[in-house]
Amino acid sequence: MTYVVTSPCVGTKDKSCVDVCPVDCIHDGGEQMLIDPVECIDCGACEPVCPVDAIFAEQEVPAGERGAIEAARAFFDDGGTP
Amino acid sequence: MTGAARVLVVGAGPAGLYAATALAAAEVEVDVAERLPTPFGLVRYGVAPDHPKIKSVAGVLSRPFSSPGVRFLGNVEVGVDLTPADLARHYDAVVYATGAPVGRMAGIEGEDLPGSAPAGDFVSWYSGHPDAPDLSPLLASRRVAVIGAGNVALDVVRLLVKDPASLAGTDLPDHVLAALRASAVTDVHLVARRGPAQVRFTPAELRELGELPGVDVLVAAEDVAGALAEAADGSRADRANVDILCEWARRAPGGRDRRVWLRFRRRPVRLLGPDRVSGLVVRGEREELLPVQGVLHAVGYGAVPLPGLPFDRDSGTVPHVAGRVVDPERGVLPGVYVAGWLKRGATGVIGTNKADAGETAASLLADLPGLRRAPDRDPGSVTALLSRRGVPVVTWEGWRRIEREEERLGARQGRAVAKLADLPAMLALATRPGGPRG
Ligand SMILES: Cc1cc2nc3c(=O)[nH]c(=O)nc-3n(C[C@H](O)[C@H](O)[C@H](O)COP(=O)(O)OP(=O)(O)OC[C@H]3O[C@@H](n4cnc5c(N)ncnc54)[C@H](O)[C@@H]3O)c2cc1C
Ligand code: SF4
Ligand code: SF4
Repeated sequence: MTYVVTSPCVGTKDKSCVDVCPVDCIHDGGEQMLIDPVECIDCGACEPVCPVDAIFAEQEVPAGERGAIEAARAFFDDGGTP
Repeated sequence: MTGAARVLVVGAGPAGLYAATALAAAEVEVDVAERLPTPFGLVRYGVAPDHPKIKSVAGVLSRPFSSPGVRFLGNVEVGVDLTPADLARHYDAVVYATGAPVGRMAGIEGEDLPGSAPAGDFVSWYSGHPDAPDLSPLLASRRVAVIGAGNVALDVVRLLVKDPASLAGTDLPDHVLAALRASAVTDVHLVARRGPAQVRFTPAELRELGELPGVDVLVAAEDVAGALAEAADGSRADRANVDILCEWARRAPGGRDRRVWLRFRRRPVRLLGPDRVSGLVVRGEREELLPVQGVLHAVGYGAVPLPGLPFDRDSGTVPHVAGRVVDPERGVLPGVYVAGWLKRGATGVIGTNKADAGETAASLLADLPGLRRAPDRDPGSVTALLSRRGVPVVTWEGWRRIEREEERLGARQGRAVAKLADLPAMLALATRPGGPRG
């Protein structure tokens, strides 16, 4: 499992989540923040602090946003540069 | 100020270690004093053994100790082995991050009876905390009540009903695994004063309870009545919790061997004796008697006052402004800081302490140029002082020896780690003369 940042982050991107991530696995992905699914320890700290409710546990990502799961994986497989 | 500043961090839990990380990054020399021979605080002695991924945060928390300017002073209790006067002599500033170790009780009649204990004691016992009371007698009960509505309540409920075979691969100490295998517990009642829309569960942790093999989770339809409407104005977590609970209320029991009864909007009233717990009276619409032989109180944690530090008894925290300790009479105490649960109270997850300790470290770094310099700045003086007092200091390498022994014991049983819980044995390993091995 992992946590996933979805599209409401675009345009907000205030990095509240970055401040509370205990393993520093939330990175700048350009338009929005992205969670490194390998480093994420599923602690859930980021989810409630997001002002726009953009962060979900992988299984709870809404249907229309499920592409974000693969997008994050691909980004970090690629070495993690926007 | 010339030469690196010298700071003591008190407590090697997440808050202390995030503070140490931030200070080390600013080239400050940091000693981390920890009363136990082991680092990581509640990550080692609180986070549930079946959540190893969360415990893996220990890797990140270890990072400051690879800087040459950061030392671990394990087995050193500040206030006992080092006095406030010692700290003023050897350090330019001190960050207190000693957490909130005392499990609170519900405050009801009969709660002092044998068989009734803070959930924190049960957590400490199964986590192998060297100071934990022996809670294994609780497992002779067939029915246990857990009072509370947060994640700690969920952790203890889960550990009480989970198939011990599925815990065999965790880091639980051998004696704890053996006690869980022999457990008589079949029914656990979670008693929450709050309604389903007001509980403080993390939805993922709540859901986990419903997925345990061999366990029925039972929710009465009347307990969730109206909760959907109440949660509509709540947070996303509130709605998710209510959704899960409503689904369980519709589920038919599966006739499994162990049962969890989730009871909401019920106030615990009193424990029945006479010599030990024989029941818990709760009050919802009417009074009910739960025929339990054990009661765990998961209603929060409190901090303890430390010598030389102000303490606010009402909130159970040290008064501060942005991490700077404030004495109600004397104002800001220069060079004295606080972080983590001692600063905020016992709320929030591990990551909350990163932002919190970051705030404290930033205040300290901003104040440094104006702080009085400690007269004795030789790092060797502190260790020499402790040695004169007969305190065997556990270094980071000493802790690593404990860790390697736990890995060796685990490997023999086909698991990564089997925790040690015996303090003298751990100290002997960690301070054994003859240098590092293996
Ligand atoms: C049962 C339980 C389960 C939890 N599970 C999770 C979870 O799954 N995920 C999550 O994100 N968070 C979890 N938490 C919360 C998390 O553990 C805390 O937010 C965090 O540990 C608080 O950090 P702290 O450094 O303030 O305190 P602590 O972790 O308590 O660390 C304080 C340290 O100070 C030491 N100390 C105390 N007094 C002295 C002294 N006088 N001298 C020297 N050292 C001293 C203690 O031995 C301890 O090592 C859980 C908490 C509990 C109680
Ligand atoms: S907190 Fe939410 S909006 Fe802010 S950066 Fe993180 S994901 Fe984006
Ligand atoms: S769940 Fe925890 S580890 Fe994962 S991204 Fe969020 S804060 Fe970081």
